[in-house]
Amino acid sequence: MSCRLRGLPASPGIAIGPIWWFRRALPAAMRTRGEDAAAERMRLQAAQERAAAELAALRAAQRDRLSPEELAIFEAQELMLRDPELMATVEAELAAGASAEAAWMKAVEAFAAQLMALPDPYFQARAADVRDVGNRVLRHLVGGLEAPAMPDEPVVVAADDLLPSETVSLDPRRVLAFVTEGGGPTAHAAILARRLGVPAVVAIGPDLRTIPEGARVLVDGEAGWVEVEPGSEAVRQAQARRAVWLQERAHAEAVAHEPARTRDGVQIEVAANVGSMEDAREAFQKGADSIGLLRTEFLYLGRAAAPTEEEESAIYRALLEAMGGKPVVVRTLDVGGDKPLPYLPMPPEANPFLGVRGVRLSRQHPDLLRQQLRALLRAGVGFPLRIMFPMVSTVEEIRWLRAFLEEVRSALAAEGFPLPPDLQVGMMVEVPAAALLTEHFLPWVDFFSIGTNDLAQYTLAADRTNPAVAGLADGLHPAVLRLIRHVTAATEGTGKWVGVCGELAGDLLAVPVLIGLGVQELSVNPVRVPEVKATVRRWSMAEARALAEEALRQADAAAVRSLVAEARS
Amino acid sequence: MQQVTLTLTNAVGLHARPAALFVQTAARFRSNITVRNVTRGTPPVNAKAILAVLTLGAEHGHVIEIAAEGPDEADAIAALKALVESRFGEDGG
Repeated sequence: MSCRLRGLPASPGIAIGPIWWFRRALPAAMRTRGEDAAAERMRLQAAQERAAAELAALRAAQRDRLSPEELAIFEAQELMLRDPELMATVEAELAAGASAEAAWMKAVEAFAAQLMALPDPYFQARAADVRDVGNRVLRHLVGGLEAPAMPDEPVVVAADDLLPSETVSLDPRRVLAFVTEGGGPTAHAAILARRLGVPAVVAIGPDLRTIPEGARVLVDGEAGWVEVEPGSEAVRQAQARRAVWLQERAHAEAVAHEPARTRDGVQIEVAANVGSMEDAREAFQKGADSIGLLRTEFLYLGRAAAPTEEEESAIYRALLEAMGGKPVVVRTLDVGGDKPLPYLPMPPEANPFLGVRGVRLSRQHPDLLRQQLRALLRAGVGFPLRIMFPMVSTVEEIRWLRAFLEEVRSALAAEGFPLPPDLQVGMMVEVPAAALLTEHFLPWVDFFSIGTNDLAQYTLAADRTNPAVAGLADGLHPAVLRLIRHVTAATEGTGKWVGVCGELAGDLLAVPVLIGLGVQELSVNPVRVPEVKATVRRWSMAEARALAEEALRQADAAAVRSLVAEARS
Repeated sequence: MQQVTLTLTNAVGLHARPAALFVQTAARFRSNITVRNVTRGTPPVNAKAILAVLTLGAEHGHVIEIAAEGPDEADAIAALKALVESRFGEDGG
């Protein structure tokens, strides 16, 4: 008997295969009785030392990426490893003849249970930290691997949600699809799935846990459901659809270097979002018409001091050269309290997403911004360079930025540097206030690029890093679409252009809606370029406009998604 | 034996970073040090054990009692008192 579980579509495609549960917890077979207390104690000590070394290394490696609160948790875990009270409980168990693993886990569980019994959720959450430390030591005791080993045959990976470090441990050749209990379309599993080009359905909820290991499932990453033990007819149909999907994808890659024109001949620029030199090369190879978003954080993160102007300029030059004369939109440094830099002191904020980030931070550190603009202008001579400012929310900010850029330009000219003659300057639209006042920003920019991840999270008041609400921040929500329409409507006929550089641009269901709303550039993950181009070619502007009109009238994101799915079939 | 009674005025109480700092400070001394949550009426626990300190469930506004016995008991009490009164170095509490 088959049953169908619904979730959110996070990456298109069809897959059929056995479920493999990504489990962090470990081996069922565990010795409970020990040899002798001294031998067991030595085994445990060795395992604790290895776990402590891992934690210290993890803390050092992640220092720049974690919040102070997260770092404190690692620090507390290191203290838990050598907690004298925990060890006293362990000793008592060892003396009674328990194995190292049994004694350790019993003591860990006793403390976890005590913490769970406290009324304050802050303290209850620490139970998970103790259990996490417990499992880390256990892995060393029982000789288990750091991450669960994948089976040899390809599988559908099921998990509550995946952490970035965990997605790295999976072998992409053996992943048919991802299905997760929590998360949203911008969760790590979803992002990885799109990068690998495999289907994903997220936010399925606790029902997912009812699927046993090895059960055969059918995953539809476009409609957003999982069918457990599908009937033979359903499998046959799905296999046929999968064959068509794979064939279409192969065809899309073959013609990816051609421009993407709608059936009635309107060209849409399909660009790539890149964050490193390797990404830029991949974008070029996959047929991106341009770079729609170069994230420059890679130049600043993971180092003790800021780069020099010469270093920065050389890297920009190399990137511009790698794109062979195609336009490159460079976003100025976009950091904030959620991703602090070691050499840029930032006081902790209760709400980093609503705090000092993007250009708000740049204004507090004008030297850093000045150097970045100098490096860009120096590198950009002879290339179609476009500079973009992130997180602009008021007109006053963009006026200040333009004046600042002019100052930098005159200073360089006075020093005798040549300047890029056809520089374009634009801003990201991530804040609803900026979208609503597009006409007031227009005189100051050559283009707008809409960051739909942030625009959706700010419009729907849903933190996209919080799995409990991330599902609400769907860029296809009609409220977000209306804001996008406001930007395109105000820009029409001015000779300026509007692009989208959020995850939404690479969502094949969103593509016709966005171009129908008047978006002229879609900037996506490099691997998504061929399929996005293929999707553009399937529609006429007239059809896309009619669809977009209809989408604007819907009441929620789900209605928009089913509207597009129907229109395509 | 030396003893001190204090109110936790930092934002999160004896949790996460404050708990770690508290335990690390206590561990610097040779004296036996215990701490109990007066507000919740818990028995005293080992102040050098982070798990024990966490199980006090000491939140913002709770009153804790620290006791030290040993060769450096006065210094230990002074150091822990200073740490709690500095709100564990948190800005603005």
